[in-house]
Amino acid sequence: MASRRILITGLSTYWGGRLAQALEADPSVEAIIGVDNEEPSVELERTEYVKVGTQHALLRRVVEAAEIDTVVDTRLVVDSATTSSRKAHENNVMGTMNVLAACAWEGSSVRKVVFKSSTHFYGSEQDDPAFFSEIMGRPHPPRTPIERDILEAEASVAEFADKSPEVDVTILRFANVLGPGVDTSHIDLFSLPAVPMILGFDPRYQFVHENDVVHALEHATQRELPGVYNVAADGVLALTEVAGLLGKHYAPILPFWGTAIAATVARRLGVNIPPEMLAQLRFGRGVDNRRYKAAGFEYGYTSREAVLALAEHMRLHPLLRSTAEPYRYEREVEEFLRWSPHVRTGARNPAVAARQAPGPGLSSGGPPVDHYDDLRPEEVISLISSLEPEALRALRDYENGHHARAALIGAIDSAIARSEASKAAPGA
Amino acid sequence: MPGLPVRRSDDLRRYLPGVEPERRLTDWGRSERVEGLMDRTLIEFYYRYWFRAEVEGIENVPGAGGALLVSNHSGALPPDAAMIGKAIREEHAHPRPLNITVEHFFKGYPGFSMLIPKMGCVAAHPANVHRLLYDEGQLVLVFPEGRKGTEKLYKDRYRLRRFGRGGFVEAAMRARTPIVPVCVVGAEEAQPVFAQLKLLKKLTGLLYAPLTPTFPHLGPLGLVGYLPAKLKLRFLEPIHFAEEGMHEDKGLVQTTAHEVRARIQEGLFDMVAKRESVWFG
Repeated sequence: MASRRILITGLSTYWGGRLAQALEADPSVEAIIGVDNEEPSVELERTEYVKVGTQHALLRRVVEAAEIDTVVDTRLVVDSATTSSRKAHENNVMGTMNVLAACAWEGSSVRKVVFKSSTHFYGSEQDDPAFFSEIMGRPHPPRTPIERDILEAEASVAEFADKSPEVDVTILRFANVLGPGVDTSHIDLFSLPAVPMILGFDPRYQFVHENDVVHALEHATQRELPGVYNVAADGVLALTEVAGLLGKHYAPILPFWGTAIAATVARRLGVNIPPEMLAQLRFGRGVDNRRYKAAGFEYGYTSREAVLALAEHMRLHPLLRSTAEPYRYEREVEEFLRWSPHVRTGARNPAVAARQAPGPGLSSGGPPVDHYDDLRPEEVISLISSLEPEALRALRDYENGHHARAALIGAIDSAIARSEASKAAPGA
Repeated sequence: MPGLPVRRSDDLRRYLPGVEPERRLTDWGRSERVEGLMDRTLIEFYYRYWFRAEVEGIENVPGAGGALLVSNHSGALPPDAAMIGKAIREEHAHPRPLNITVEHFFKGYPGFSMLIPKMGCVAAHPANVHRLLYDEGQLVLVFPEGRKGTEKLYKDRYRLRRFGRGGFVEAAMRARTPIVPVCVVGAEEAQPVFAQLKLLKKLTGLLYAPLTPTFPHLGPLGLVGYLPAKLKLRFLEPIHFAEEGMHEDKGLVQTTAHEVRARIQEGLFDMVAKRESVWFG
């Protein structure tokens, strides 16, 4: 089942925003509703933002009112450097439970849940397989709070899937993300003049490009893919190889004993090495990405290409930094753009979209524009410029037959003449 | 944790990642450069001049597709694995890389962790062996004696230890690839282990600390100090497992493991009996 009415949780996170943008381009998606505590961080055309956190009673009302059929949960915090561990726990464990509770009630319209998880699920240990596949559980208990959260969150999603057989539940486990738009602890590490390493270790790393993350989430909304899938690009790189691709040296400055203490010192000096990264810096991790490929997903980047793309971005970043004004959400502006009858362009305003769509009224003899009879003449005139000549002629006929307002007929005639003149002399 | 269904697809082989020619490392961390350098220098020297290796039955190693090589194991830092790999590169009609399974220990020990995968060693995890054999169709070498083989003292030479729990047979059956038993004679004399030094083992955190003619008194380099014994390798007839689902029969797995062990043991005794001199063959 392809999704029609989608709820995105965590709209203000990078992933929520990017996914909403991607879904907006798909005409088969009727409604996109995004919820979050904070305002969206990217410009959105037709996505509706509702300021709701993860209170399940409120979420449920949104789900019910909008007849949501798909919930995409992009909230999961997988980098402990971004927030305090208490907030991460609140968001990851309690938040997930609440979102699921908002989907599961008697007569719920939700038929699909897509959950964004992380390959931190598997951890990083000495006796790991070289490629984790989805059927393997985590071989050792979690070591860091963030890993514990991810496991608990996934467990509640799996429990939800067990209890609601009529809902397709997809869990996507993403490898370390690289790209110009995201900001992760690993990217911070790679931005240093030299890539720090633990002395005597050269861990294997697998990445996924940010665009592939968005496409992977979108892919799951378009198909029926119940189950767990790893999402990681082809190619597992050694950390020394990553440093080489970035054009940097590697610096084996972290000791192999007392690495955690050294990381604490490094944190004081401004190099953020979160605890879940320490295990990865030592043992690395690779995952088997073939199941999602077998489910029809195609990656745009290999791990190597993702690193090269990051390297390019790092070289350009200092030049481009100040040119673009960051987007700021202004509630009044967004509402004006979406709902005002005076907005004449853009797909975000449903009134405009309805006016611009070639209506069935053309042939049936009804008004060529919805609610035409209710429009005031100045509104009709403002509408004329956006219509095709064919629609204009139909409009003229209708106006002649029903209201015969001379000013309007004159305006329509001149619009037809203009469009024909521009057609006769293209480029004029 | 209640499991979510994982879509099981029998054959994911066509979704294996393609080769990126610009890369010098494989996804397993194997480095052409490091391996080539070792092959041209140290391994070449030992294979050709120090051990003067002699190879029999190399045609028993299949030229294509997966195969599991099973060998006896000995010596403190055993030279057998590198020599078997070298023999396939040198003598085989279709030389190809050999993946050597090693203990997980190496991944956790600084230095080894960096170097070992680059030389073509992978951790002896069943999932790794299966992927190599079934999905990638590669050659994998296992030492079912494991650490017990390398710990054994000189007085127990050429007497095979227990073959684990038959995990290697299970792996071959599941991947439906043949097992090629390999006998190595000479490695026991090249690096005789006289005793195990428990205190040193504790101090260094190593897997074991043997007392050999060169170790520990010559330092870490003493681990690659071998005596110039004549090395003989014999590849035995492969054992095929064509049927599906054989690995689920635990009895069959055990019987096959015993049989492989018996064949290697028999081969070893035969080779030792025919050997006239430890140093000259």
